[in-house]
Amino acid sequence: MITELLPKKILFQNVEILDPLKGTNKKGNILIINGKIAEIGKFDQPSGIKIIDAKGLTLTQGFCDLHVHFREPGNEDKETLFSGSRAALAGGFTRVCAMPNTRPPIDSPELISYIIEKSKDCPINIHPIGAVTKGQAGIEISEMGLMKDMGAVAFSDDGLPIQNGLVMRKALEYSTMLDLPIINHAEDSFLRCDGVMNEGSISTRLGLPGNPGIAESTMVYRDLKLAEMTGAKLHVPHVSTAASVEHIKDMKSISNNITAEVTPHHLFFSDKDLVNYNTDLKVAPPIRNNKSRKALVNGIKKGVIDCIATDHAPHTLQDKETTFDLAAFGMIGLESCFGIVKKLLVDDEGLSLIKLVKLLTISPRKIMGFNYDLLKIGVEAELVLFDANENWVFEKKNIFSQSINSPFFGQELSGKIKYTVSKGYISQIF
Amino acid sequence: MLSNKHLLGLENLPKEDIQKIIDTAFNFREVLDRPIKKVPSLQGITVVNLFFENSTRTRISFELAQKRLSADTVNFSASTSSLKKGESFKDTAQNIEAMKIDAVVMRHPSPGAPNHLTKFIDAKIINAGDGTHEHPTQAILDMMSLQEKFGKIKDLNVAIVGDIEHSRVARSNIYGLVKMGANVTLCGPPNLVPGTISEMGVNVNYNIDEVVEWADAINVLRIQKERMGIGLISSEREYRKLFGITEERINRSGKEIVIMHPGPMNRGVEIDGGVADSDQAIILDQVLNGVASRMSVLYLLLGTKDGDLK
Repeated sequence: MITELLPKKILFQNVEILDPLKGTNKKGNILIINGKIAEIGKFDQPSGIKIIDAKGLTLTQGFCDLHVHFREPGNEDKETLFSGSRAALAGGFTRVCAMPNTRPPIDSPELISYIIEKSKDCPINIHPIGAVTKGQAGIEISEMGLMKDMGAVAFSDDGLPIQNGLVMRKALEYSTMLDLPIINHAEDSFLRCDGVMNEGSISTRLGLPGNPGIAESTMVYRDLKLAEMTGAKLHVPHVSTAASVEHIKDMKSISNNITAEVTPHHLFFSDKDLVNYNTDLKVAPPIRNNKSRKALVNGIKKGVIDCIATDHAPHTLQDKETTFDLAAFGMIGLESCFGIVKKLLVDDEGLSLIKLVKLLTISPRKIMGFNYDLLKIGVEAELVLFDANENWVFEKKNIFSQSINSPFFGQELSGKIKYTVSKGYISQIF
Repeated sequence: MLSNKHLLGLENLPKEDIQKIIDTAFNFREVLDRPIKKVPSLQGITVVNLFFENSTRTRISFELAQKRLSADTVNFSASTSSLKKGESFKDTAQNIEAMKIDAVVMRHPSPGAPNHLTKFIDAKIINAGDGTHEHPTQAILDMMSLQEKFGKIKDLNVAIVGDIEHSRVARSNIYGLVKMGANVTLCGPPNLVPGTISEMGVNVNYNIDEVVEWADAINVLRIQKERMGIGLISSEREYRKLFGITEERINRSGKEIVIMHPGPMNRGVEIDGGVADSDQAIILDQVLNGVASRMSVLYLLLGTKDGDLK
């Protein structure tokens, strides 16, 4: 990957311009001057400027991931805001929301400012999510109002579910005056117990402690009912079970304040893939059985699930190169995301490319309240160009994260990111 | 001489290999009855017994098997708490590999640890129990003991009674017995018998009296006292009443049921002392067959050629 400052004037020509907002896909050119879109569609090409012939490529809004872990501050050995940004660029992402479960957790306006300041020089837009509770301890609600003033875009104790229903209720109530979503990692810790993988026939065979689907779905149900009661915005992260999808579907039929995301890995794998104790497949919530996997795919198709988020969770080799029960939870996901979901949802499941792009662009932007009308004159260029039909094999060389904990090595993917334009930079991905 | 390089479990071991291990074990059993109980089969072979979890019986059984085969043995015991603090599993494994040994016998509290070890080590690996996953040599000695007693394994009605969920002995026995054609029924408190276990080709019956009536042999699992007080087992007396292999239950049944136990026993909880000491218990035969079975496994994985046993 080469990342450079955008030339003062640059033209992408002969490109398929896919506008997920208008739902159109038209061949044309796009001219960028001083980092902003100056012309779009068919127009007289100016001469003497940098031209990229993008024949065969599709251009659209840069992807937005509302769920990443960049580990800064505290675990810069795993990822930094800068290294995470490079991983994002390689995956076509121009905007991400960083979860606050760092060391220390991002639970105060001062720490929100720290992330904002540190992100200024990064080549993508990074938005901090603040902790719901102080120290993510699940007891006292944090200074959400002050954090919003400093730039927090949502609140979450991700990684640590808010076990206490009263705390969750109060946090939701409090958030209504701020109009920002609460994102709760839904898992009843008592039902989860020491589970490290999905509870089912595979965990029984492997002798690994199981985490039952009901640990997630009962708390998703609690959160949905609390959101209904309080009128707060609730975003359900990394939905993993068929039952959760059903609960979300039911609540969405009566409420407009519910949104949900799914990760590429929960769409792609089932617990049968864990039979060799591959610790790169150890994630929270766990990879479920094939029935749940199919329900997630259907949830996407039916619009129950609003967007795709990677839950990019870097870990060092030594955190993963141990026995399954002791290995850390999480996998990286930014670089491989598009190739996986394009292959799975478009090639195999028949979803249209435009719908897939919506799941990666306008849907997450709407949830977070970001501008999602990006393909028009005067807007700062936040673009991705990809070859929708290129088949490629995911390898270590495709990773720009500081960590390499991915189970996708050797996997044939479809759809390859070629250029990402973001914050005045252009990155070419090979 | 076996189709797999390692013995990680019985799940992926073909039936023919299981039978071969048992048949060879009977040959070694004959060696153990000789005045000089030693053969030179594994002379020059070095085996490390890598025990990350306390074990007396299994470790001694393996060590004895190695010595009877004239292998050189080294014991390495480490508590996993020290592992968590310092040296990683990988570093320990690579250190041992660097010492040029031929085989590792490993006991580890983490399910899948022997599978994990294969990534770092060229030596052959024998699983001596990995958490709640498998304990293949225990199942082989159990099946050998059944074959010794009944002359066959196929079509026998074998019950496994106790905490199935947390038992590696149960899992390996299920894999082995189902492959060898036995009928297997599991019995234990419903919260300690995973709902999905019947997919492994076994029946589940929570009524111990019906199970006793049905069984030709009962493998009685040890009840771990740490399961009490956390909502899994209410008390020893209730467990004994509902699932204990008591003298009364055994006497009530008209037929002679063979009783097995992997040890160590909680007399008066899962098994009455009188049953454990009765003629129908083959618990001490299991111990002797354990040495023979482990000799057989070591020999078949490490011996140079077929036939040098004589």
